[in-house]
Amino acid sequence: MATQAHALPATRKPFLAEALDWITTVDHKKIGILYLCLNFFFFILAGVMALVIRTQLAWSNLKIVDPDRYNELFTMHGTTMIFLVIVPIWAGFANYVLPLMIGARDMAFPRLNAFSFWLLFFSGLVMYSSYFFGTVPNAGWTAYPPLTADANALPGIDFWILGLHLGGLSSLFGAINFIVTTMRLRAPGMKLTQVPMFVWSMLVTSFMVLFGTPMLSVAITLLLADRHFGTSFFLPAGGGDPLLWQNLFWFYSHPAVYIMILPAMGLVSEVLQTFSRKPLFGYSFIAWSSVAIAVLGFSVWAHHMFQVGSSLAVNTFFSLATIVIAVPTGVKIFNWIATMWGGALRLEPPMYFAIGMVTMFIIGGLSGVMLGSVPVNWQMHQTYFVVAHLHYVLFGGSVFGIFGAFYYWLPKMTGFKLNRSLGVWHFWLMMMGFNLTFFPQHIAGILGMPRRIYTYAANQGWETYNLLSTLGAFLIAVSVLVFIINFFVSARKAEPAGENPWEAPSLEWATSSPPPEYNFAQIPTVSGQNPLWARPGGAADPSGHGTH
Amino acid sequence: MKSAVSTRWWLTFIVFAVVTIGAVAALVWASVGQPEPTLGACPPACPYEFRLPSTLLPASDEAGSINFLFMMILVLAGIVFVVVEGALIFTVFKFRNRPPETALQIHGDTKLEIAWTAAPALILFVIMGFTLRTMSEVRGPATGQVLTVKAIGHQFWWEFRYPNQNVVTASELVVPVNTTIEVALESVDVEHGFWAPELFGKVDAIPGYTTRVRFTPTSVGRGEYGGQCTQYCGTQHAQMRFSVLVKTQAEFDAWVAAQQQPAPAAETLAGDVKAGYDAFLNPQNACVACHQIDGTTAAGQIGPNLTHVGSRAHLAGGILANTPANLAAWLRGPQDVKPGNKMVIRKLDDATINSLVAYLTSLK
Repeated sequence: MATQAHALPATRKPFLAEALDWITTVDHKKIGILYLCLNFFFFILAGVMALVIRTQLAWSNLKIVDPDRYNELFTMHGTTMIFLVIVPIWAGFANYVLPLMIGARDMAFPRLNAFSFWLLFFSGLVMYSSYFFGTVPNAGWTAYPPLTADANALPGIDFWILGLHLGGLSSLFGAINFIVTTMRLRAPGMKLTQVPMFVWSMLVTSFMVLFGTPMLSVAITLLLADRHFGTSFFLPAGGGDPLLWQNLFWFYSHPAVYIMILPAMGLVSEVLQTFSRKPLFGYSFIAWSSVAIAVLGFSVWAHHMFQVGSSLAVNTFFSLATIVIAVPTGVKIFNWIATMWGGALRLEPPMYFAIGMVTMFIIGGLSGVMLGSVPVNWQMHQTYFVVAHLHYVLFGGSVFGIFGAFYYWLPKMTGFKLNRSLGVWHFWLMMMGFNLTFFPQHIAGILGMPRRIYTYAANQGWETYNLLSTLGAFLIAVSVLVFIINFFVSARKAEPAGENPWEAPSLEWATSSPPPEYNFAQIPTVSGQNPLWARPGGAADPSGHGTH
Repeated sequence: MKSAVSTRWWLTFIVFAVVTIGAVAALVWASVGQPEPTLGACPPACPYEFRLPSTLLPASDEAGSINFLFMMILVLAGIVFVVVEGALIFTVFKFRNRPPETALQIHGDTKLEIAWTAAPALILFVIMGFTLRTMSEVRGPATGQVLTVKAIGHQFWWEFRYPNQNVVTASELVVPVNTTIEVALESVDVEHGFWAPELFGKVDAIPGYTTRVRFTPTSVGRGEYGGQCTQYCGTQHAQMRFSVLVKTQAEFDAWVAAQQQPAPAAETLAGDVKAGYDAFLNPQNACVACHQIDGTTAAGQIGPNLTHVGSRAHLAGGILANTPANLAAWLRGPQDVKPGNKMVIRKLDDATINSLVAYLTSLK
């Protein structure tokens, strides 16, 4: 594997030519960076919305925003975080690193890849253009009809439907591309059972997208028809059924949780083994637990519907399926701990975030089991207990994973190292801010505080928990600021990262940082799971186990 | 971590913390300091004092069973939490910063894998067993004395009908102690969620469906339990509240007898009350388009039935204490008090408002 001295062009292209180059690019690395920039922009936007939400709820009877604005805020915060940040940002990372990790020159369908990105771009544009038309989506990210079936009362839902359609297609095309790329373009010698765990996670995730997303598209198309073409799919007056929406919507939207968390789990697997200098413990168990989660993930959607009065049998089935998902999830967690056991841990920022992700995800998983028990769900559903739970999974799990991925792969993408000490600060501030924000929400929920309320009465005993939560939210904002500062400070300092700054075992580290357009001068030949560790000289694995 | 964290960073952190805390505190202070503009005439205790709700203080058999289950799972989850997080953190501390060549090169252990698949599965099946038992306990068929009530969700208030007693009321569910209350839920517009944390787990009211929940209050206790809509239903979802008033059987019977009476006949009214009666029935004021008062010609079916509105403790979907001042503020501008609610009323002069308040508060 050649070390390509990546020669920077001596002269910069004029701005317009540079911009045109980025707009028309079909290079997976540039598309990956476009994704990451777009998703990070929306992350900041959704974060600012969260700060306004938290400020409004800091105490009882506040009037920072009026009810309609508040309802728009929590709708757009949720929709943005799910459909414009967490789901697609993994497509962004995978775009950049997946072809490199399997030793390919690009994605299987580069033009389709660019198309996926631009669909996402317009998805965001359509969704946010609602602010210019003054009709912002305002029915929560779940948009339950009959409330949303009335196009006159809630005109903004059309922007939500259209945006989701574009985002859904983007996600779908991306999934097809990742599946074909992984199946067809692996370097010679790399078996499907030896791909890096992040690649495997993206493969499983892509199959989930493939099966789930069409259902969401169907649901929102029917909703559009109910709104504008006089149909009654969800309207009982015309013979329709509001619960049909809940079934269709959650058939996608529960698996969506795993679409958001499985890539984070893949990232954690990569980082833990790299920074423990020790191969992943139980590779095949971790790999197959992802498949088990994906399969079970499609049979738990009605746990979002325990309060609609289903029969004992239906509730029992979905409760059991939900609780059983904790088994493959537990397998992952135990294997991660075993990966670190006996290792030589280097505590670098990616490792902090990976360990942080596991510690927080355990909490989210345990509250998930609690919510999977039907009677407990009857009490806790639709309260802040659920808000806390979902943020422990999606922030403590996915977002910690996302920042782990940034610290891990940014040196590869940019060619410069990130400041370690600022990275560690970012981690601890975010860890404190996150727990300060979301732990008290469990208690508020147990004390009966419902979600999606723009205000609450005094004397309910909720103020203290909400105030803590608000303070925590601002601490998270500070931590993200530290990350942004770190990026620019490090860019200015421009300390070269080198080919493989973390002494990691997978192929993306076998080329220059950033890699040349063609990725590898010569496509590497691989045997074993951890090719770079098996290489003479590059081995953290002197016994040669990496070649198995 | 042994990163060289300089004083500079401590200082930056402290500055950030102080600024954030200060900013939030200032915002909160500014907002709390503001008197409610629309309720300016009202003394501070006027807005209805909602009682502290909590799933941890069950006041019915059903909520008690769920609380027991919750506590049991919480303890199990707590043990798992301590063990797993403990193992994780211990591992990180034990193996951090060790020389690279000490890293063990092992790939897995099938026996271990089986053990840590089986152990959680075992715990989960125990949880599932208790879940099933509690589920049938809480929503299975009722035994003993049963009172049937219909709860109907409206944007943004709850209507309660007692079909066997022929009583209709709003925002307050009055029930006798030690009787199983079977609530049948319906909705006239969108989906709503019905929940009083101390008494029962939530059930949605879904258009086109009749869903059910039951609860058996075990003691009069505080007498009043807060409840709230839990399924997002539009602008004022946050202020769609109700309360459950638990009474002794004798008190309940007396309440039913009173509620069954029609409103006093016009001939018995005089002064302000009579003027209010006339104003209410005046079609130009449009009250009768939405509201019903038994014993009068007012037969609107959209808003709450007001036959005994004077006997209720709350107004406006359970968010205001039923005082003359609050009622007047509501009639002056319902959209100022609860923006986005469905009550439309034309601008009334003070004299009309005062007479309407006099009439409505007289409807005990």
